[in-house]
Amino acid sequence: MVARFRSTRRGPSANLAAGEAVLLGVLLADLLTLLAGDEETDSESEQADPLEVITGMSDAHQSGVVPDDPVLARLLPDAYADDPERAAEFRRYTEDELRAAKRTAARAVLESLPAEGGKVVLDAALTDAWLGALNDLRLALGTRLEVTEDSYKELEGMDPTTRRARELNVFLWLGYLQETLVDTQF
Amino acid sequence: MSETATAPTEVDEPNIDEAALAARIWITIVWNDPVNLMSYVTLVFQKLFGYSREKATKLMLQVHEQGRAVVSNGTREQMERDVARLHAAGLWATLQQD
Repeated sequence: MVARFRSTRRGPSANLAAGEAVLLGVLLADLLTLLAGDEETDSESEQADPLEVITGMSDAHQSGVVPDDPVLARLLPDAYADDPERAAEFRRYTEDELRAAKRTAARAVLESLPAEGGKVVLDAALTDAWLGALNDLRLALGTRLEVTEDSYKELEGMDPTTRRARELNVFLWLGYLQETLVDTQF
Repeated sequence: MSETATAPTEVDEPNIDEAALAARIWITIVWNDPVNLMSYVTLVFQKLFGYSREKATKLMLQVHEQGRAVVSNGTREQMERDVARLHAAGLWATLQQD
């Protein structure tokens, strides 16, 4: 059985198989690394930038340039479609905060995962973290796989052992998990 | 701004600067993408904007079927806040002058 969320008195709840918990953990760790960018990957050995401490802004994403990686570009999109100057300015002031919010959600989900599989019960804050992080995981994987709205049809007749078939199945599994969690919110 | 005073000339246009008025109105647009779930997009519209299920569903369908929908309007600063919140939720949103 594939895990799904159900409404319970204490909040949305799902029974994750060990393999599902492990897979979510790996995907979330990848997402955290991706969102960390160049800095924060080795925070223990690095000295804090005094200017960053004072201003709360780091140099890393101050260029205001849209990320080269299409996955990052989708997770951190431009706010102005036809105005590169304003898009860059908006990015300079907001991108670090956006990255941090996404990482906070991913980390919260990671910490709530039962390592060996088992039951998770989500309070309101964790529900928001799971909704956001599951969506970010799907955006990241979906962008990398270049999915379309008909990608599930692609699996029909496809050798299920190929890398693409397995990754598409992970994408669809994340979608099912997210859909059942969304359903508990209406 | 102008340092030289000139005699008023007769113009056909009314005195109200329509362009300046319109410039104050900005809109937030959400664009269709192949990943976000329809139910999730509806939920985000309800949560972020306090829209009813009905209104949120209508906007979601507009995004899905027409490729984009205007989800809010206001000052540029307000729309930048809306776009930031939509990006945090993973939706593809931009702002522009109406």
